[in-house]
Amino acid sequence: MGPLGPNELLFLLQGLKWTLALSVIGFVGGGVFGLLIALARTAENTPLRRVTAAYISVFQGTPLLMQLFVTYYGVALIGLNVDAWLAVAIAFTLHASAYLGEIWRGAIEATPHGQTEAAKALGLHYVSRMKDVVLPQAFKLSLPATVGFLVQLIKGTSLAAIVGFIELARAGQIVSNQTYKPLIVFGVVGAIYFVICWPLSIYGARLEHRLAAAQ
Amino acid sequence: MGYSLDFGVVFARWPELLVGAVMTLGLALAGMALAIVIGVLGVAARRSRFRVLRAAVIAFVEVVRNTPFLVQIFFIFFALPLMGLRFNPTITAIIGLGINGGAYAIEIIRGGVDSIRKGQVEAGLALGLHRPQVFRLIVLKPALRAVYPSLTSQFILLTLTTSICSSIAAYELTTVADRIESDTFRSFEVFFTATVMYLVISWLMNVLFAAISRRYFSYPAS
Repeated sequence: MGPLGPNELLFLLQGLKWTLALSVIGFVGGGVFGLLIALARTAENTPLRRVTAAYISVFQGTPLLMQLFVTYYGVALIGLNVDAWLAVAIAFTLHASAYLGEIWRGAIEATPHGQTEAAKALGLHYVSRMKDVVLPQAFKLSLPATVGFLVQLIKGTSLAAIVGFIELARAGQIVSNQTYKPLIVFGVVGAIYFVICWPLSIYGARLEHRLAAAQ
Repeated sequence: MGYSLDFGVVFARWPELLVGAVMTLGLALAGMALAIVIGVLGVAARRSRFRVLRAAVIAFVEVVRNTPFLVQIFFIFFALPLMGLRFNPTITAIIGLGINGGAYAIEIIRGGVDSIRKGQVEAGLALGLHRPQVFRLIVLKPALRAVYPSLTSQFILLTLTTSICSSIAAYELTTVADRIESDTFRSFEVFFTATVMYLVISWLMNVLFAAISRRYFSYPAS
């Protein structure tokens, strides 16, 4: 049995570094792919819409933990000799791209159709119609849900602990096993997650309130 | 040398996988039931005259919604024995799922109850309906319809969350998959099969929830 001293706290903070790194990678990677998914999901091409709809429903219909396991072992299977953390990062990117794709699809479809028609009448081609007319408006509409998903993603990175990746939750398990003080350790770990997620949740709620008031 | 997939050793354990899937459903249903109870009690407490009670509910909801389920389940797993409560991991998992789902249910149900205007209750009473009739027809049914889509999608999320209960070795599909994996070393095959099973479970729940909605809530909006 040992005390929960500065060394243990430092170890937790090192885990936190990886939690934040995974969250950022998942969010940025998922954002890029998610945008492509959202565009394909709202495209005029029917097969493209169907394939991305299936992609989204698979990721929204299976546990994140299973997605992690399948990607983790699947990447090794196709002969890629990659780092554990890269495999985990790929899994979070795929996961986030499906959820963000679905959120942004909703926002693109919620943008009034007249906007697209007006852009077409003005002779704008697809890229500038999306980039300059539809997406900026859709972005505003999607912001509360996007922030909400970011919170979900940060919490979700804790599952990387189960495949052995040492982020905040896994660091907590290790410290808990060393000190035999599970309640204090998981209390502290939970508090660290809370300090990160709560301000984001409040921000998201405020955005939603403002959007509802504007409509 | 390439790796050749072998699902045979996994499929040979199908009875275990099937029991695991049924346990996952059971865990999800029990967690949902507890979540609804916590949700309704929480909304009642949230509307109480006592400020302390209201603040406690708000704190509970915020803490649960802004921390990972994995950390919550570990905390509960170690906290219950200290309170003198010893349960097997599966019961502990149900308590954890109920608490987690309950926090989300409080927020969802609160929105539904807030959507019923007081004037509708007064109108019902003025039309000569009894109080139980007013509650059932004017408060409960429209409130249920208002919260139904959010509540059911939250329930599907809760069902997917049950897989995390494998971390405390609760008896469910992921735990069964873990066991088969450590016996056969066919990691990809086992987890791929389990993933497909989860997909079928959530798809079935979607179909069931949609059917219930069509049966009970398809009357025109007011």
